[in-house]
Amino acid sequence: MAEAKQIAEGEPIYRRPAGLTETQMRYCPGCTHGTAHKLIAEVLEELELIDRTVAIATVGCSVYAYEYFNTDAVEAAHGRGPAVATGIKRVSPETIVFTYQGDGDLAAIGLSEVIHAAQRGENITVAFINNAVFGMTRGQMAPTTLVGQKTTTTPLGRDPKLAGMPMMVCELLATIPGVAYLARETMIDPHTVRNARRSIKKAFQSQVDGAGFSLVELVSTCPAWWHKDPIESMAWVRDEMLKQYPLKVFVDYEA
Amino acid sequence: MSERVLMTGNEALAEGAIAGGCRYFFGYPITPQNAIPQYMAEHMPEVGGVYLQAESELASINLVYGAASTGAYVMTSSSSPGISLMQEGLSYILGSELPCVVVNMVRGGPGLGNISAAQSDYWLATRGAGHGDGRCLTFAPHSVQELHDWGADAFPIAQKYRAPVMILADGLLANMAEAVRLRERQEPPPRTQEWAVGGERNGRPRRIINSLWTDVEVMEAVNRRMAERFEQAAANETRWEEYGDDSPDFVFAAYGICARICKTAIDRLAEEGIRARLIRPISLLPFPARPFYEWAERVSRIVCVELSLGQFIEDVRLASACRCPVELIWHTGGVLLTPEEVMARVKEML
Repeated sequence: MAEAKQIAEGEPIYRRPAGLTETQMRYCPGCTHGTAHKLIAEVLEELELIDRTVAIATVGCSVYAYEYFNTDAVEAAHGRGPAVATGIKRVSPETIVFTYQGDGDLAAIGLSEVIHAAQRGENITVAFINNAVFGMTRGQMAPTTLVGQKTTTTPLGRDPKLAGMPMMVCELLATIPGVAYLARETMIDPHTVRNARRSIKKAFQSQVDGAGFSLVELVSTCPAWWHKDPIESMAWVRDEMLKQYPLKVFVDYEA
Repeated sequence: MSERVLMTGNEALAEGAIAGGCRYFFGYPITPQNAIPQYMAEHMPEVGGVYLQAESELASINLVYGAASTGAYVMTSSSSPGISLMQEGLSYILGSELPCVVVNMVRGGPGLGNISAAQSDYWLATRGAGHGDGRCLTFAPHSVQELHDWGADAFPIAQKYRAPVMILADGLLANMAEAVRLRERQEPPPRTQEWAVGGERNGRPRRIINSLWTDVEVMEAVNRRMAERFEQAAANETRWEEYGDDSPDFVFAAYGICARICKTAIDRLAEEGIRARLIRPISLLPFPARPFYEWAERVSRIVCVELSLGQFIEDVRLASACRCPVELIWHTGGVLLTPEEVMARVKEML
């Protein structure tokens, strides 16, 4: 058994990671944006990247990410994050650049930009927050909405004959040679949170190593527009979302 | 250097940009400006710069936005349908107070149009650089030499006023060849702007490039700041050329390729005893209102010559303040005017 770390009397056992500012977050109770931000911030601190990172905030509930990450930040137009990130990376390859995008931003309006960034093997990292709905605009269908899921624009439930099947972003990107690290994770219990942190760390490490494009899909909650409480939302991820979106490491440049 | 070389407008502009310190070019193929990305692909490596072909004009302008946020000298170019795709990005660049250079080699339109020359993007440049109150500084060369010089000079202007600068030309200027005196290639200044992101912070406070201001008072203050910088640009960067008779019967108003046509028409009309002068705006935004206002009092009419249904003429009318009639000689959709046609229509008017 590993030796337990001794914690001195009065020493904190947990603190806000240095990669987060002290600004109070706006996210809804039970929303996993908070956890995702925290994991990214912890990884940036552990890898000593905070000082040379630019975060790309994108359109969605993520639009205020520039207030929460303790790094330089650039706000991108809806879906354009990977192109904006590329522009910065091509000028300043030593800068660590990551985008933080929801499923509407990345898989709807921004699908071309993320695919081409991956195709170029662009040395950036994408955090893809998949909660199967457009959150900021109050709950419309997104490309990743589940079959039968009710949203404000699928009031009778998503019908594949009208709107197609849910989009599997990782499976799409896994075929692209320029991808260095690609994983789908979630954050619904300590085990999955630890796995998510490990994948986020590998993704940023692949950027540091200059290995190519990295993306971590984080299957996330949206209690507000799923009309569920936080506990029910976690259960819905476990019981329904993960059936559609299986957790997996698709590409690992070191494997 | 006193030697001159024969170059097309597209190539001269691209070389001018490199000479002026442009080191990042992102673009997409569209006729009639393909020689610009091709020239950049060939020559950027010589100066340690980056040419990246984007997947669309939409991606191009966002690549520009990203690079601009680091303080780099960055450019893109396109033609009318591609510029339409860049309007969103231009609004974000304006709202985020970033500098960049955008070239529009205008073609026939609207829609897919054709690849012939037109001037039907005047509104797009001076009114339509995306949604919101932004002002995209716009300059209109009328020769290959001017394209070369503006390729270089647009960058420090963009930096000074923290705004996109659009170089507005057309398919004819883009592809005609003239002798050019080339500038010596210069390095851009180091990226030390106090707003630029990226690189190692070394303890400096973090910086945010943003156009989202949910506090409406703050949003208005940002707009006020943009307006003040535009007023400075109007004071310092308004440019025009006058050509022809000092006691004209009437004045031509034309920019770009139409100014070349008018200069030829003026010379030939003078041989027939008809006295004409040209006011050629070089800056379209800020618009040189003063020469129109002053000359409108002294002539029988102003004759606008443009390759559009009538966009530039509105600013001429505004500037001349109803002091004299303003007429229009036009073609559009890629049909070109000639000195002969301009002269014939002018004689009908007189």
